[in-house]
Amino acid sequence: MKADPKRVLTGSHFLNGNHSATEGALAAGCTFAAGYPITPSTEIVERIASRFPQVGGVFIQMEDEIASSICLQGGVWAGHKSMTVTSGPGLSLMMEHIGLAAITETPCVLIDVQRTGPSTGLPTKTGQADMMQARWGSHGDYEIIALAPSSPQDCFDFTIDCFNLAEEYRTPVFLMSDESTGHMLEKVVIPEADKIDIVERKYYTGSEPYLPYKEEANGIPLMSKAGMGHYYHITGLTHDERGYPVLTQPVQKQMMKRLMGKVNDNVDKLTRVERINLDDADVAIVSYGISYRIALKAMEMAREKGVKAGILRLITCWPFPEKVVEELAKNFKSLVMVEQNFGQMYYEMDRVSNKHCNTFLCGSAGGDVHDPEEICNTILEAAK
Amino acid sequence: MAEKKSKKKDPKEWGLEIDAEKCKGCGFCVEFCPKAVLEMSGDFNAKGYHPPKIVDIDACTYCDMCEMVCPEFAIWETSEKHDKKAHIADEFIRMDRMPHIWCPGCGIGTVVNCLVKAMQDAGLDRNNTQIVSGIGCTGRVAGYVDVDSYHTTHGRAIPFATGLALGNPDLNVIVVSGDGDLTAIGGNHFFHAARRNVNLTVICVNNFNYGMTGGQVAPTTPEGAIAVTTPYGAYDKPFNIPFIADSCGAVYVARWTTYHVRHLQNSIKAAIQKDGFSLVEAISPCPTLYGRRNRLGDGLDSMKFYKEISKRAKKEHTTADADIAFQEEILVGKFVDRERAPLHEAMDASFKAKLGDKYAGWPVPG
Repeated sequence: MKADPKRVLTGSHFLNGNHSATEGALAAGCTFAAGYPITPSTEIVERIASRFPQVGGVFIQMEDEIASSICLQGGVWAGHKSMTVTSGPGLSLMMEHIGLAAITETPCVLIDVQRTGPSTGLPTKTGQADMMQARWGSHGDYEIIALAPSSPQDCFDFTIDCFNLAEEYRTPVFLMSDESTGHMLEKVVIPEADKIDIVERKYYTGSEPYLPYKEEANGIPLMSKAGMGHYYHITGLTHDERGYPVLTQPVQKQMMKRLMGKVNDNVDKLTRVERINLDDADVAIVSYGISYRIALKAMEMAREKGVKAGILRLITCWPFPEKVVEELAKNFKSLVMVEQNFGQMYYEMDRVSNKHCNTFLCGSAGGDVHDPEEICNTILEAAK
Repeated sequence: MAEKKSKKKDPKEWGLEIDAEKCKGCGFCVEFCPKAVLEMSGDFNAKGYHPPKIVDIDACTYCDMCEMVCPEFAIWETSEKHDKKAHIADEFIRMDRMPHIWCPGCGIGTVVNCLVKAMQDAGLDRNNTQIVSGIGCTGRVAGYVDVDSYHTTHGRAIPFATGLALGNPDLNVIVVSGDGDLTAIGGNHFFHAARRNVNLTVICVNNFNYGMTGGQVAPTTPEGAIAVTTPYGAYDKPFNIPFIADSCGAVYVARWTTYHVRHLQNSIKAAIQKDGFSLVEAISPCPTLYGRRNRLGDGLDSMKFYKEISKRAKKEHTTADADIAFQEEILVGKFVDRERAPLHEAMDASFKAKLGDKYAGWPVPG
């Protein structure tokens, strides 16, 4: 399925990351958004509020992030592709509803424009310390998918990818952006609508009674929506394929196996990485989001100093690309994680490196992007 | 507020049926039958409850009081001529999930009964009818009503329902949840949805405590009442739910007890048919917890008490008069019925006015 030309702002633009994400959402076919103002994400919903009435869409500013994160799910079940937008403190408030979306298999997109934490922190400054929260913040076991953009162009492209992944896997999908990327102005090329592939929601159209959680061949149940006459029941309680709560261990095991398997069995398909100069490198940097771009500079600086560094850029942060990183760990003496926190994806990298190599962290307290000199020093340290 | 009298039924065309196995022995039907048709029997059903038995069928006027008040959908009128074989709930309840989890003597089943009747009377398009619940005993309502239904998170049925209502304004979205769910954790959402006049019908079953979790104090627990987290008596002023709904801007506000089945049905029907935020509060017994902790007897004792102490609101009454003190008068009736554009209409009108031709219109769900 191709994008609707009326919703695609085809052309070459000078846009910030937040506005690009909005255009990505529109192009992807998002027609419902619920949000609450929080720096540094507000430009996204401001643009949505202005664009939706022009291209078709409902935006509602709710009374808080808790309301936003469940209102959007009502929008999904009404039949829309839905999203919300927030930053760290708002994401913290959304945790319960992330779990609800996971267990009810409500496809939706959450954009987190990360800022410095913890707590109120530095609201107008950048950070990458929500990575673990996005993955583990809600209670219980569940899987999510998360992509990390590094530029306004990525914000456009990856937002479309997020919507497509949400529909394909019937799961909440995160765009882990950050203040630097969100507020940075860069060239964004938006192609013709017929060059943009979008994944449509797959509805059950059979004549038998609808079973909302009946596993199809690919492990993902077919969706329904309000008014189709399916009279389904959707609940946050453990449920069987009828959607009815059945509060027993066997049903829990069955349900969890399928829920976790949706993502866990598809890690290879979901993995998206980029390899920069790894072929002749001695030290591999692993990075994502805005930190990846600073790492590019540090890589050059290290090479000038005689240390051959290369980068594995993570586009998919969750599920963590375990196989790719482990392979890297087997072929390199040292891996250096560069991220704007005290170590979050670092621990994933360290875990899968499995003692094949040394692991280093070039972290930060957040608030500004790394000084490339700092990263370069860590690379040099790692090369010893 | 006189009630329209229902057409008298011809006894030759009607019969009465009891599904003894469904009964939980609450005794509501016996108490509320105006003609002493029924008595509790000495029999036991498989669960050990005493079901009712018919002792004087000739006295029965088929007023359907028993059918309406039964929380278990276990007694109903039948008629071959009028093609009625089963309880009216049969069509609208997921009978494969019966019996429900509510205690013997709990009023939630009665409220569901009234809701189903109201849905029928309102002539709702079943496909478009959506039931959204929160968490708690009343939160389980969504699981039992056979329409698109959603059992969401504690306190957040209203914002979820808002997503449905805005996502597709043709839907009839009904929120059914408890007093704790809607006014404690859900309070903020309640206020804003009323303020914005989101097109929702909200049925709040108020049993003065948190039932599902064991009887803790709620924002509606009357001062002095015992609850498990206020074992020496509740010390704060409870919410007056009609007053809050009214002051936040709800367009329809009514309160009844589960004794007032006909009024409850009619109010729910009116609320459903009304555009905008409509609230119906249903005061219900909680015999296992609130009732037991406060030595109020069983569900039937509570129902009889409601019958005695409910006072019909008069023209001079406003929602400000609807406070409830422990075991004192409960003001019931329709308090508010006014007109205001619901949220989606207000949004739509605003976009049309400001954008004219450039307005893409309200998005039809894909």
